[in-house]
Amino acid sequence: MSSSKLDAKIPEGTLEQKWTKYRSTVHLVNPANKRSLEVIIVGSGLAGASAAASLAEMGYKVKVFCFQDSPRRAHSIAAQGGINAAKNYQNDGDSVYRLFYDTIKGGDYRAREANVHRLSEVSGNIIDQCVAQGVPFAREYGGLLSNRSFGGTQVQRTFYAAGQTGQQLLLGAYSALQRQVGMGAVKLYARHEMLDVVVIDGKARGIIARDLISGKLERHFGHAVLLATGGYGNVFYLSTNAMGSNVTAAWKAHKKGAFFGNPCYTQIHPTCIPVSGDHQSKLTLMSESLRNDGRIWVPKKAGDNRKPTDIPEDERDYYLERRYPAFGNLVPRDVASRAAKERCDAGFGVGSSKLAVYLDFGANMMRYGQIEANKQSLHNPSQEKIRELGRDVVKEKYGNLFDMYKQITGEDPYEVPMRIYPAVHYTMGGLWVDYNLMTTVPGMYALGEANFSDHGANRLGASALMQGLADGYFVIPYTIGDYLSEEIRTKAIPLDHEAFVKAEADVQERINKLMNIKGTKSVDHFHKALGKIMWDKCGMARNAEGLKSAISEIQKLREEFWKDVRVPGEANEFNLELEKAGRVADFIELGELMCKDALNRNESCGGHFREEYQTEEGEAMRDDDNYAYVAAWEMKEVGNWELHKEELKYENIKIAQRSYK
Amino acid sequence: MSGSGEKTLNLTLKVWRQKNGNTKGNLETHKVSGISTDMSFLEMFDVLNEKLINEGKEPIAFDHDCREGICGMCSMYINGRPHGPKQGVTTCQLHMRSFKDGDTITVEPWRSVAFPVIKDLAVDRSAFDRIIASGGFVSVNTGNAKDANNILIPKDDADDAFNAAACIGCGACVAACKNGSAMLFVSAKVSQLALLPQGLPEAKSRVLNMVGQMDEEGFGNCTNTGACEAECPKGISLENIARMNREYLKSSLTYVKK
Repeated sequence: MSSSKLDAKIPEGTLEQKWTKYRSTVHLVNPANKRSLEVIIVGSGLAGASAAASLAEMGYKVKVFCFQDSPRRAHSIAAQGGINAAKNYQNDGDSVYRLFYDTIKGGDYRAREANVHRLSEVSGNIIDQCVAQGVPFAREYGGLLSNRSFGGTQVQRTFYAAGQTGQQLLLGAYSALQRQVGMGAVKLYARHEMLDVVVIDGKARGIIARDLISGKLERHFGHAVLLATGGYGNVFYLSTNAMGSNVTAAWKAHKKGAFFGNPCYTQIHPTCIPVSGDHQSKLTLMSESLRNDGRIWVPKKAGDNRKPTDIPEDERDYYLERRYPAFGNLVPRDVASRAAKERCDAGFGVGSSKLAVYLDFGANMMRYGQIEANKQSLHNPSQEKIRELGRDVVKEKYGNLFDMYKQITGEDPYEVPMRIYPAVHYTMGGLWVDYNLMTTVPGMYALGEANFSDHGANRLGASALMQGLADGYFVIPYTIGDYLSEEIRTKAIPLDHEAFVKAEADVQERINKLMNIKGTKSVDHFHKALGKIMWDKCGMARNAEGLKSAISEIQKLREEFWKDVRVPGEANEFNLELEKAGRVADFIELGELMCKDALNRNESCGGHFREEYQTEEGEAMRDDDNYAYVAAWEMKEVGNWELHKEELKYENIKIAQRSYK
Repeated sequence: MSGSGEKTLNLTLKVWRQKNGNTKGNLETHKVSGISTDMSFLEMFDVLNEKLINEGKEPIAFDHDCREGICGMCSMYINGRPHGPKQGVTTCQLHMRSFKDGDTITVEPWRSVAFPVIKDLAVDRSAFDRIIASGGFVSVNTGNAKDANNILIPKDDADDAFNAAACIGCGACVAACKNGSAMLFVSAKVSQLALLPQGLPEAKSRVLNMVGQMDEEGFGNCTNTGACEAECPKGISLENIARMNREYLKSSLTYVKK
């Protein structure tokens, strides 16, 4: 069933031996040769920064590009809750196999077994590495590392640093990167945006980048090009992504021959601050870790307008605990999001928009308070005292999140329950890669969220940080040898090579085109229009009819964009609107592909929920006979793709209906 | 959505405009109306920019990215204070409910010799990256780490290290300081690593190198006014500067470069 154009290059051997054996036999590059091999890395988040530091430490000549003013701004910085690792520090039965199993099951049986097992194997090394760098993870009084739970698991394997785990991990990787910059082993290009890949004789050999301050186009050669450019959630306009997060680098690679895997797999995160008005520019996540201590509920009576604190316990519907007693509030994200949508659609939503549910810390605050009172030997403490003590415990665990919620909404979540609603958060789809993380273009790799590989149709919480760092610290340093060992005779290609000249001319032409439209509508106008189509028709629930209409609406929007967008200013200067215009143009093309992929997949799995395919209880209904494959799309021209299939073989896990009941 | 009750504001903005680093800038006046109190300060700027674009004018360039207060990219000097009037928040987390109808708001870029203006409100903070590159790390290559729980760290030390490490590198401390000093930023990193056993082997060279680089970048001296701590959106404590001074003194007396 797999397409002949797709070779995942999964090593032979048993699942447990594949990576160990492969790592020990993959071709090596000797230290002298490494010094003459150049690697371009685009993106400086967890995957990009960790790869850059590690490859430079090994001796490769590395160039790093990021569009922000500093590599430390990459959006990994905003990850809150934690990072998973199969350390079994809590003695609760965790193991490499269990993390592997949870991830495959959490991904609704649409991820590659070999990749996921490797991810689980290296997960422990990541924690070791980060601690050695001085990442200040949360600790117990005995000085040992602390853990908490995340959705879709029944063990405590999540390491964290308050609600700022992504920040601390990124700053660790960033400092490792800056150390190499200081030594001259990495050359850093901040405020640079990659606008094309240069392909020579079928291999990726460099990039065209725009210096965002001067507007000048630059040519850069590399023996290999690594894209660690994150996900494409901003195709929805409103998402939890940073304003600048974009698909452009991955999309240029796609247009140069890299297949795009499972573009329709989007993660809608259940706990975000609800939309408040037309002016809103982005959505803010409230970490999944809050579901450790927050209970989700709506009133039992539809349209109940009482204040949440006035609704008595027996008139509240803790619908996750009711529907999924085994996992309760810690069901995976796709399940929790759909359940929230179901309640709101049925008329039980709260808040002025009615598109929200409560996340309530009251009960656990009292529980913690009681424990603290016992610790402090307070006999017969008042309810207020218990509440105060509990509040301090909650504050220590989630203080920054509570502050953020208060800043944004003007409400104090210590006093009233948070109101939350699902929002676009992460994209499981991305550039198709083989076991080496190489795309279908030789020499071009994709790491972290930019690739499609490890999370199947739904990612478990605290696994994005794990995957980004696994790819950068512990996978690519080995697997890149397989390719670069064959490149030791390739001399640096001069930048006046016709392929560089042509690629730069193409980029220049596109920029000129954008500047010269001089239409009547701003870039944001088109971005918002695209976002609305995507959210309404390719969001939390999809159906064939809606997807078909979305495709034609997006095609029309694309035409309109290229006729009527207005980009003020000039091309040869710092021009934020021009940057946005290029990115939105790419999002429009991607949006169409996402809808086509969603329309092609006649089943529901993970974050992809097709209304036509659900069980009587409203759970996702997979079709393993016909859709147990990775959809890898090859672009023929804009708006025209060919589908290739990589069959997913489950040799170690019995594929089953996912249940969290 | 807010329980605080949404209102709308009409405002006068005086915004710094500067075409690039080689030209002179000036304050430009703009009126905005119908601004919801639920908007963030940057969303108010989005509204203004949309209006400017529709009028065929150039929008105001400003840095921003995550819009949830953690990336450290947003950097507006609002009514004479970095990140505006509210304590403990970045510009992106400052909401319009902190302002009154009819207010005039002056918005300038970070002002410091070491942060040259790129355009309008965007400045170049790459000096911070170079300071980190001079020593803000533990020299441990990938793959050399022992099991994480082999290093025991008392909870209080871990917490203190975390509080120092929470710095987002926005540069508000520099902008707030009359001397344009970067002591709070540098001391936060020095402290984080000085508090942890992993950072000890290089503690002496680290503080000397980072302070040396800070001076080279043109940041001013510290005169203990405490403005940096008062304006820091992440509450980075002045204690870090005291700790760095101790580390620096100790190191300059005892460190012998071999």
